[in-house]
Amino acid sequence: MGRSSSQSSSGPDMAIGTFAESGADLELVGIQKRFPGFTAIQHLDLTIPAGSFFALLGPSGCGKTTTLRLVAGLEDPTEGSILIGGKDVTQLKPYQRQVNTVFQSYALFPHMTVLENVEFGLRRRKISDPIGKAHEALSLVELDHLASRKPQQLSGGQQQRVALARAVVNRPALLLLDEPLGALDLKLRRQMQIELKSIQEEVGLTFVHVTHDQEEAMTMADTVAVMNKGEIEQLGAPEELYELPRTAFVANFLGQSNLFTGPVSHTTNNSITVDVEGTKITVPTKRAQRLKGEITVGVRPEKLHLHKDAPKISAGTNTLGPGRIVDVSFSGVSTQYLIAIPGIGTVTVFQQNMTFGPLAGEGAEVWVSWDVDHGFGLEDDPTTSPRFAADTDTATIATQKKRALLSELEEA
Amino acid sequence: MISRFNLSKWLLPFYVVVAFVFLLIPIGYTFIYSFNDSVKTNIVWRGFTFNNWLNVCAKQEVCVAFGNSLIIGVTATVAATVLGTMIAIALVRYRFRFRSGISLLLFLPMATPEVVLGAGLASEFLTAGVQKGMVTIIIAHTMFCVSFVVVTVKARVSTLDPALEEAGRDLYGSPGQVFWRITLPLLFPGIIAAALLSFALSFDDYIITAFSSGTTNTFPKYVYISAARGIPAEANVIASAVFLLAIVMVLVVQISSAVKRKRLLKSGG
Amino acid sequence: MAFSAFATWTAKEQAPRRKSKIALLLLLPGTLYLALFFLVPLVSLVMTSLQEPVPFGDVGEFQTAFKWQNYVAVVDTYGEHILRSFGYAMAATVLALLFSYPLAYFIGVKARQWPLLQNLMLVLVIAPFFISFLLRTIAWKSILSDESFVITGLKALSLMAPDAHFTGTPAAVIFGLTYNFIPFMTLPIYATLERLDVRLLEAGSDLYSKPVTSFFKVTVPLSMTGIVSGVLLTFIPASGDYINASSTFLGGQNTVMIGNVVESNFIGPSPNYPEAAALSIILMLVILVLVTVYVKRSGTEDLL
Repeated sequence: MGRSSSQSSSGPDMAIGTFAESGADLELVGIQKRFPGFTAIQHLDLTIPAGSFFALLGPSGCGKTTTLRLVAGLEDPTEGSILIGGKDVTQLKPYQRQVNTVFQSYALFPHMTVLENVEFGLRRRKISDPIGKAHEALSLVELDHLASRKPQQLSGGQQQRVALARAVVNRPALLLLDEPLGALDLKLRRQMQIELKSIQEEVGLTFVHVTHDQEEAMTMADTVAVMNKGEIEQLGAPEELYELPRTAFVANFLGQSNLFTGPVSHTTNNSITVDVEGTKITVPTKRAQRLKGEITVGVRPEKLHLHKDAPKISAGTNTLGPGRIVDVSFSGVSTQYLIAIPGIGTVTVFQQNMTFGPLAGEGAEVWVSWDVDHGFGLEDDPTTSPRFAADTDTATIATQKKRALLSELEEA
Repeated sequence: MISRFNLSKWLLPFYVVVAFVFLLIPIGYTFIYSFNDSVKTNIVWRGFTFNNWLNVCAKQEVCVAFGNSLIIGVTATVAATVLGTMIAIALVRYRFRFRSGISLLLFLPMATPEVVLGAGLASEFLTAGVQKGMVTIIIAHTMFCVSFVVVTVKARVSTLDPALEEAGRDLYGSPGQVFWRITLPLLFPGIIAAALLSFALSFDDYIITAFSSGTTNTFPKYVYISAARGIPAEANVIASAVFLLAIVMVLVVQISSAVKRKRLLKSGG
Repeated sequence: MAFSAFATWTAKEQAPRRKSKIALLLLLPGTLYLALFFLVPLVSLVMTSLQEPVPFGDVGEFQTAFKWQNYVAVVDTYGEHILRSFGYAMAATVLALLFSYPLAYFIGVKARQWPLLQNLMLVLVIAPFFISFLLRTIAWKSILSDESFVITGLKALSLMAPDAHFTGTPAAVIFGLTYNFIPFMTLPIYATLERLDVRLLEAGSDLYSKPVTSFFKVTVPLSMTGIVSGVLLTFIPASGDYINASSTFLGGQNTVMIGNVVESNFIGPSPNYPEAAALSIILMLVILVLVTVYVKRSGTEDLL
């Protein structure tokens, strides 16, 4: 199969025997992906700059893995185009793209040794000294001493590192990580997160990381895109997403939020006030996505203060209460209080445990307050059905699967 | 109470031992009678001898028939394994029309008695005016082995993680390279099992062979024909030798895989 | 192994998504082959079954016709043989099931803690496959012949009438069929029992059922796919078999089955192709009907 196959294995602009010069930026333009029976991606425009560590975050079934597979070339988009380093690669086969993937199941070849696994890509591209480069990559993940083992003889964490070495050794323009830490236990996960991050800094590739773990996404990525139902809800730096979520889905998927809905009753130059069943909640204009009509505003639980006596009303503070504590749960660093406030609903408060014991017990009458500057206003229209559905998702997937199967049966 | 408890505890193992003895009786008989110092027929015990084993081909027909069976078995196995493996891969990996029709086409040969398969082929060869012989036997054996190959290989293909092939493509393997370096080596155990099964089915087949053989002899056909006037001890020798060879092969595979597993556990742990 | 052929057919699978011309290339040779050497022969068989003898022709000369009366004539002449074939096959299937289930249960469930023993016993079950089917049957014929010590012993103990025979009787044919198809029955049952979750039995006894009750309410239903495959793998070939029933093997003048008639009419000295073809078609149709009914009743419908 010598010559003809080696020619077909190289794309029009992928030279044999050479590596990509550096990480490349990735552009997705108007991507849509439909499977028989359901649409995985509705409409996606996305630009990932070269050299960045980008995380696609979302619940299972939100289309993030499909996005990754489209970039790798393992699926073809129904519509739209994919550009890597400015060149259109939509029509290229996976083996013609300078993109490598670390698969969720690692997908290490069981019939080859660790070294043969790592060499595989180099040999296909006829890169010089594949053995030496493979050993180098294995050293990078500190597994060179296990090079002659078979993958089944390694632990989960070691397999994960081999999968990483096997992808990184090819110096791809773009490295795709499909929940590669999903199968590891918590401690190993943290360790691998740090390792991944340092490898990225060392080799300077563009990393695209798919995960459903918000903590993982926030600690590792420069930029996080939160996906939901085949669309990107919000994209930005982790702090930005956390402190200023634009949609209820983001507000709840990335950490927890207290959300309140009501009509805007008062507007000033730099703030708007929402009337929630008689209680006024003020949000800075620059932190609100919509300024008129029914809107949803929110605040993170750790931004709330708990008061045993009615606090003084001041312009810079929102105050709710009185309400009753219905639940107190201690989690080491902090304590979570659930407070039922008439007309408002249940409010969650995190209080750091700076003293021993809870501030107030169950049943106690309390007030909560927060700095107006800490609130945010969402862009969702509360009068239409909300988009947040993180916990109904498995059911959605099941129905989608069923529909897909039914349509296939009809076709057959 | 106690004695009843013991009885029920030992009843099943005792039954199993008896059952195995029953299963192995005719095999032992065939083996023992391969050493019979027989003259023409091999029914009455006339004394022990190694002659039958040392001069297997004294009865030339036996060896010719055995050779034919080997040629037919190997050829039909290769053909059926190639055809069946292709179908198995398609069934697991691809979406196509008439899926249920093709499944039925694969299922029916297994649900049809051999005598009907044989009669059908004989009738086809008769109508087409084909001279029956080695080629028609191979055609017939390939036909009934294909379905069994599909079932065996399909089981293997469906346990194969599709991500492995995707990883191959992702790592710059062209479709051909992925097939030869990833898919085929991983399917190998299933393909080998299918090939062994095909060979066993073909080698031991008499009924379909009888309908498609014409004057060509195979080992089972030789046994069938000579059964009326007495089977020579040389036939017992060949059957016993094949049996021993197969058992040794199976045991070697079993033991080596057990050893391998143990080693894996040791070094992996 | 493929002896669970029928069992794996039941496995529900998610249809794959990929659509490709490669699928066609992969499927074409095999399906074409089966069409040419399985479907066309069936059509040819139907055509042959409707032929009539050439007027004033030689023995074995037939011409194309649409003589549907052939079927009536065949049923008329060989009705007894048809019934006998299915009767023998059913008896052998039931006996093989009774013989195999405890064996398969022991290998698949009881022997789990000793994998080496389990593997050894499996090899022993498969062992008969490695020695010629015909020689095994001939061996039984010798072992159970009138002069053999088994039969003379039984007669000496007055367990058998002094002038009775075993070989050549229907009992001998059913015995032979049972013996020869035991592995086909044992292996698929073993395959399902081996996967049986023992915790289910524990759950059964936890819910106050006696061992016997949990065996019939839990174990047997859960091994149903194996039983169905085993029954089909035994019944189908047994009903078409003609080796055991042949008088050179275990049969006699009164044990002639359809297979024997088809054989002698097709490859015997005075062939009657239409008769043999019509009998084959009847055999196949009856089996398909029985199998469909059986599969429907045993509740494993996705089998077909």
